[in-house]
Amino acid sequence: MSGYLEGVLVLLAINVILAYAAFLPIVAGQLNLGVAGFMATGAYVSAYLTNAHGWLPVPAALAATVLTAALGLVVAFPILRTRGIYLALATFAFGQVVVAIILNLNVVGGASGYPVPAYIGFPVIAVAAVLVFAAIYCLFHTRFGISVTAVSDDELVADQMGLSVRWLQTAAFTIGSAVAGLAGALHAHHFSYIEAQYFNVLLSIYIVLYVLLGGTQTIYGPLLGAAVFTLLPEVLRGSAQWRYVIFAGLILALMTWRPQGVVTRSLLRRLFEWRRPAVEVT
Amino acid sequence: MLAQQLVNGLMLGSVYALVAVAFTFTMGVLKFLNFSIPGIFMVAGMVTWAILKGGMSLFLAVPAALALGAVLSYAVERLTYPQMRGGNHFIPLVSSMAFLILFENLVLVAWGSDQQRLALPFQSVSARVGDIVIGVPQLIGLVIAVGVVWLLDLVLKRTRVGRGLRSIAEDAETATILGVSVGRVVPVVFLIGGVFTALAGVLFALNYQQASPFMGEEVALKGISAMVIGGMGNIWGAILGGLVIGVVETAAIHWFGARTVDIWVYGLLLAILFVRPTGLLAPALGKGRA
Repeated sequence: MSGYLEGVLVLLAINVILAYAAFLPIVAGQLNLGVAGFMATGAYVSAYLTNAHGWLPVPAALAATVLTAALGLVVAFPILRTRGIYLALATFAFGQVVVAIILNLNVVGGASGYPVPAYIGFPVIAVAAVLVFAAIYCLFHTRFGISVTAVSDDELVADQMGLSVRWLQTAAFTIGSAVAGLAGALHAHHFSYIEAQYFNVLLSIYIVLYVLLGGTQTIYGPLLGAAVFTLLPEVLRGSAQWRYVIFAGLILALMTWRPQGVVTRSLLRRLFEWRRPAVEVT
Repeated sequence: MLAQQLVNGLMLGSVYALVAVAFTFTMGVLKFLNFSIPGIFMVAGMVTWAILKGGMSLFLAVPAALALGAVLSYAVERLTYPQMRGGNHFIPLVSSMAFLILFENLVLVAWGSDQQRLALPFQSVSARVGDIVIGVPQLIGLVIAVGVVWLLDLVLKRTRVGRGLRSIAEDAETATILGVSVGRVVPVVFLIGGVFTALAGVLFALNYQQASPFMGEEVALKGISAMVIGGMGNIWGAILGGLVIGVVETAAIHWFGARTVDIWVYGLLLAILFVRPTGLLAPALGKGRA
């Protein structure tokens, strides 16, 4: 495989993982603008474990995932007390604080960045992305997935049907943080260098935007969003600025004509159940 | 020394305050966090730079930047607000984020990513009161900020449009039933917000004699924090919040170093969100629901 193709596929795999990190809380009705903060946590924990304690990169990445999940669980309690825009702002503030703290931690290089010699190559990252997708697929075919979907459709009704909305939201937020941590760890070990400033709020915004672009009604939306976001620049081949102009234009067009995102439940039904005679409702 | 730090903090805070007013105004009336504000702030600053660089007068640059701010903000309104009704509540937020990306990258295409220096026709002057040094441009900026907010307050309280705005803030549905033309009043929110944002951008560019395609981000994030700290929807709260953040920032730099600023500012934001989400001052526009 050529180096170029591999580079694109690595980006695609990491973006897919990040997409599911943002997707889980969104499905439970929370706009998490702190994804980059959790990603940074995973990246720095994993890098620190390999650098300072001589861990192998893969166990370090897994440990970082678990630790990020723990952090997600701890902050979920105060953060989920807020709602709507307040919740989005609380996650944003949390992300900013995490990055600012890392910036002041001299043990991981502070503002000058942190080299990560322990390398993880494309095959492992690809397997991780497939596993994350498989996990999400399984999760959304269990009672948990159905319940979370119910919460995203109508929180009040879900609550009245006896679902523990609070518990579901905490779980979605925590699993989302874990997935973000994993993406961060893989990023750190693949690109061999991390700096706190990279994990800023714009990164979180981009992740959320391409998830919404793909659509949040089904688990395939984030996959499509991440793929379009990663591959579009390669297809366009223009300058980085023009590709973002086009990306922004796409978002605006989509929000105007198809605010539910590209992939929706009815689209999937039409695509995959074409043999069944359509029921006309007139 | 302490007094000097306080003055510096207030001056810095006045820039955040104006941006916070723009945020809190759309938030209070429409319950909409308008993320295009940093983009408009930056465009206003960059246009001021470009016009001055073209050798034209400041008296042309400032009105042009303000007018452009209003026009862009109106364009944002056209492409976000009508989509908001009946849809997912993420939509306007997402569209306005797309506008931020659009504005930033269009400016990058036009002028590149360099930080530009503004050549001002006048020297930077500062006044001395006892031991305290006060930058005159910053002081003028603060006075203008408080002045326009006072004007806005007057408009909200005394005029027909203002009453319409307040009724929409209270309850858009009831306002419509009672004959307030929501479709006509909403653009006013964006026009005023756009002018405020552009004014902040121009003042920032003139005060610090610099402009860059990324100048909006940092200031806007602090502006959002100021809005929350002051109480979402309260324009005087936004001024207070902006000044608080300015003082916290200078104090953090003074005692703990420049790198710790974000810990204190966003830590304060988190604390306020957890402990008192309505902010320091109660929401004056509407009931302040998110």
